[in-house]
Amino acid sequence: MTAESEVPVASARAHEPEIAATGEVSSTPPLLRIADLTVRFGPVLAVSGVSLDVPAGPFGLGLVGESGSGKSTIGRAILRLVRAASGTITFDSKDVGSLHAAALKAYRRDAQIVFQDPDNSLDPRMRIGTTIGEALRTHDIVPRDGIADRIAELLTEAGLEPAFAERYPHQLSGGQRQRVAIARALSVQPRLLVLDEPTSALDVRTQARILKLIARLRAERQLSYLLITHNLGVVSKLCEQTAVLYLGKIAEIGPTDLLLSAPAHPYTQALRSAVPEVDVAGRRSRIVLPGDPPNSASPPAGCVFHPRCPLAIDRCRTEIPELRDVAPGRRSSCHRAEEVLAGKLAAT
Amino acid sequence: MTGENLQPAGRAASESSGRLAIANLEVSFGERKVVSIADLRLDHAEIVGLAGESGSGKSMTTLAILGLAHTVGAAVGGSIKLDGLELVGLGADQLRAIRGRRIAAIFQSPSTAFSPVYKVGSVFVKALRLHGASKSEAEDRAAEAMRQVLLSPDLMRRYPSQLSGGQLQRVAIALAVALRAEILLADEPTSALDVTVQAEVLDLLRGLRESIGMSILFISHDLAVVAELCDSVAVMRNGLIVEQGLAGQVLSAPEDAYTIELLASVPRLAAAP
Repeated sequence: MTAESEVPVASARAHEPEIAATGEVSSTPPLLRIADLTVRFGPVLAVSGVSLDVPAGPFGLGLVGESGSGKSTIGRAILRLVRAASGTITFDSKDVGSLHAAALKAYRRDAQIVFQDPDNSLDPRMRIGTTIGEALRTHDIVPRDGIADRIAELLTEAGLEPAFAERYPHQLSGGQRQRVAIARALSVQPRLLVLDEPTSALDVRTQARILKLIARLRAERQLSYLLITHNLGVVSKLCEQTAVLYLGKIAEIGPTDLLLSAPAHPYTQALRSAVPEVDVAGRRSRIVLPGDPPNSASPPAGCVFHPRCPLAIDRCRTEIPELRDVAPGRRSSCHRAEEVLAGKLAAT
Repeated sequence: MTGENLQPAGRAASESSGRLAIANLEVSFGERKVVSIADLRLDHAEIVGLAGESGSGKSMTTLAILGLAHTVGAAVGGSIKLDGLELVGLGADQLRAIRGRRIAAIFQSPSTAFSPVYKVGSVFVKALRLHGASKSEAEDRAAEAMRQVLLSPDLMRRYPSQLSGGQLQRVAIALAVALRAEILLADEPTSALDVTVQAEVLDLLRGLRESIGMSILFISHDLAVVAELCDSVAVMRNGLIVEQGLAGQVLSAPEDAYTIELLASVPRLAAAP
């Protein structure tokens, strides 16, 4: 548990300050490119025309939104756990949708996912060592006689005693199980991790430790990851870029610090104001959004956010806003983004 | 049981000693003591936070207050008084009249708190009739309670699976409101919710304290949520209260190392320039 405490989370960002500052990526192609991705579940448009780039690591992209925003579906589409209705996902310049056989197996090694609830993602009948060993065997990561040693190394790297290999998931705490899920994902030396609400089921102290673990691993392994969460507080130290999603669309995307300090979309303002803060005196006034997120089977006309938006004007009810550049490195799909960005409109 | 039971109980009794007063409470499984609380009080219209992590004993404390600890095999010693009435050792019938009615509880996962096969409205009517209301009285009161938690009474015609997590948690709170509960035990009621929905539920609880003087024991592992909502806080670890006092004081100048660590763990937004 002490291993992470030596690595301050904030230091994780020191590796790529230029990206954090400008939101621009160098001319080399991104590790992962999502272009105009749309995912449907029957009548429900879960993801609608989303484009995102993730450069080679170390790099963190935050995907933030409420239940039903499509953030987990994007994560799953990357792993090909759900099928895209249209759009393309490119990894290392290869089209993920058309991979099969050996190429697909290689991709499954390159891209790994960690789910919110380790209770459901670890087989309760398998010892921890068997669970991790399975991935090592499937992908021939190490010689057979080296598997036990590698399992011990991976557990140690994830902050667990090697002796945990002999235990079953039910003998571990929630935080320990999540460390196992991370160790298993790392066992195949992925280049991209999808972390889907990895700490939402955990106590805050355990959450802080898992976030520190992610920060350490990213530095040591040069990892790229998508961090999916509903809590803006979680992305602030681990992600250079953050995309805020609402009803399957990107509301806003940009460098995390700028997005948090000066949102360019009223939904980001509301999300930010909903994060509980210890410092009562310095707390921002809360922006309460009326109603629940609308049903994505019948999205509202115009801007999908307008029924709950405190700043909505007539134009928002009829005209669908495009995601557009609103400042260097920053894109927003709000008709009034410039005013929001300039702080002229304090949504209250 | 008569309709009179539904009227708010007299609050004359010992305001100063707290509406709910816990003294020398001990909950144990055989030899193993899992909760030991010397003194914890909840006044009229007060919100007290009970903060701690999994295994700290905060949920066992809830069960003990509800008189349900024996259902998980735990023994309860010490004193839990409701307006001077000793609840520890009280008979099952008397407890049943208090539980749900005067002391209500909501839990982390509202979807497991409702039976999936009953419409929301029928849960209200059953609960209110159990505590003495007539059918029409129960329906009126349920509709009024739904409006108090800012939900349309029309939602009562739906099944739990047709409501969102945030809506269901508000329905659970409405049930407590309809029963005129004086004390609400809220055990991690927002931990499974999105932050935006959490903010709404916190606003709602604050409003109920103002409007009907509800007293709330708010149980959470998240000190930021406690800071937003609670007047005072008790931090629990391994069944013991390690620090307690006014929320502003404890959270701005914590003295116990564990409280300090819990505070440092809260995810924070980058400081605005």
